[in-house]
Amino acid sequence: MNMTQPTVRISILSLALALMSATSAPAASSKTDFNIAYAAAEAAHKEAGRLRNQWTVTAEALANAKRAADKGDFDGAVASAKEAEALAKASIFQATSEKEAWKNLEIR
Amino acid sequence: MTPTVAADALDPVADAKAFRNYFVAKFPHVKPEDFVNGPYSMNEDMRRQWEEKEQFPPYEFSLDMGKEMFAKAFNNGKSYADCFPNQGIGIRQNYPYFDAKEGKVITLELALNRCREANGEPPFSYVGDEMAALTAYMAYTSRGKPFDIKIPDDPRALEAYQNGKRYFYTRRGQLNFSCATCHVQNPGERMRAEILAPAFGILNAMPIYRSEWGGMGTISRRLTTCNSQIRGVPLEPQAEEYRDLEYYLSYVSNGLPISGPGSRP
Amino acid sequence: MASTIRVRAISSGEITEVQVLIQHPMDSGFVKDAKGEIIPPHFIQRLTFEYDGRNVFVADWGTAVSKDPYVKFSFRGGNKGDDLKISWADNKGETDATTAKIQ
Repeated sequence: MNMTQPTVRISILSLALALMSATSAPAASSKTDFNIAYAAAEAAHKEAGRLRNQWTVTAEALANAKRAADKGDFDGAVASAKEAEALAKASIFQATSEKEAWKNLEIR
Repeated sequence: MTPTVAADALDPVADAKAFRNYFVAKFPHVKPEDFVNGPYSMNEDMRRQWEEKEQFPPYEFSLDMGKEMFAKAFNNGKSYADCFPNQGIGIRQNYPYFDAKEGKVITLELALNRCREANGEPPFSYVGDEMAALTAYMAYTSRGKPFDIKIPDDPRALEAYQNGKRYFYTRRGQLNFSCATCHVQNPGERMRAEILAPAFGILNAMPIYRSEWGGMGTISRRLTTCNSQIRGVPLEPQAEEYRDLEYYLSYVSNGLPISGPGSRP
Repeated sequence: MASTIRVRAISSGEITEVQVLIQHPMDSGFVKDAKGEIIPPHFIQRLTFEYDGRNVFVADWGTAVSKDPYVKFSFRGGNKGDDLKISWADNKGETDATTAKIQ
């Protein structure tokens, strides 16, 4: 009776764990997902470059994305790429709005 | 209510007057020519330490190196003196100038490298020690002379001036700062442990020996590092924006004495 | 080779004030170069000021002193025209010395 109980408990535990992981894991990102996300981020960063207004943190996020992808961590790579795209878009917004906004700071 | 913008009425003379008045009014106890001392004109304690150090300035080694470099002939027998008016002595206050033939702003750093290349020598890095030493020596020979930047009656020169002004006030980098954010809105205030310098006269002490760098650094070095410090990817040294910026900043500081090479924390 | 030591010693009767600026990399051994390699430690270990046959100031330095060190101190004594000898030795066995006249 005492010898069988731990075995039963362990079996239930492993079954529970198996069920948990089967239902809670999201679909993992693929290399294709990464390529798409990275291309979008890179394009935005390039556009910011055309506007002569790139951010260092965008470049860092892109580098992080590449590093993660090289290691096979596509979830992490896609996350970094999406962050890079957001940063690049913000830098484009900044460059565009500053075209007029700079005048507000001018000493007259 | 948006301020009325004198849209295309470009008036550098009025700009310079307004620029000067802004700082003189903001700091009534600072003598106008003292603005060139940057943070030392803003903070008594720092000033005291700086005055002590000036008896034996840290930039002496670089300055001596610059003097030697300037005097040394190129392989073809010519020297820097052959490229510049007055043998290159006492002329720093005239830079940058607008070159009508090329239609662009020429800074001292650019002129020095052009001199080298015209005489078969490889150019120096704009952010390296050699360029810093050379410009330190040339600034030294102009100490006390007032900035005398000219804007010729040429729409391209006015455009370059305007570009520089626009760059100065434009926010950039992830930190969303413009040059004006620190040097117009917050001179004398602290940015972490540093005291911010006023924009008025900010180039007069260049190049500077920065304790943080442990050495002498050029205007190009300062502009590019300022960019990266606010998380903006720097442009290439001596990019058009930087040359135009130097043109604008030097012009609005006309009349203030050259004090370079300087030392800074 | 030019001296690495710049010195100014000024006597005001009883006290002589000495300022010195020394050209030395003072590498701590903790900094990496552009290639990611450690720049080996290279720093002054001992700095000595000698006047009238005795040491008036001796410094035992380590890696915490920065590049191109500047020293300022005063000592009792010292007459105009007298010699002040300054010398340093670093961890690589390099040395330099100079003699300055007290002004």
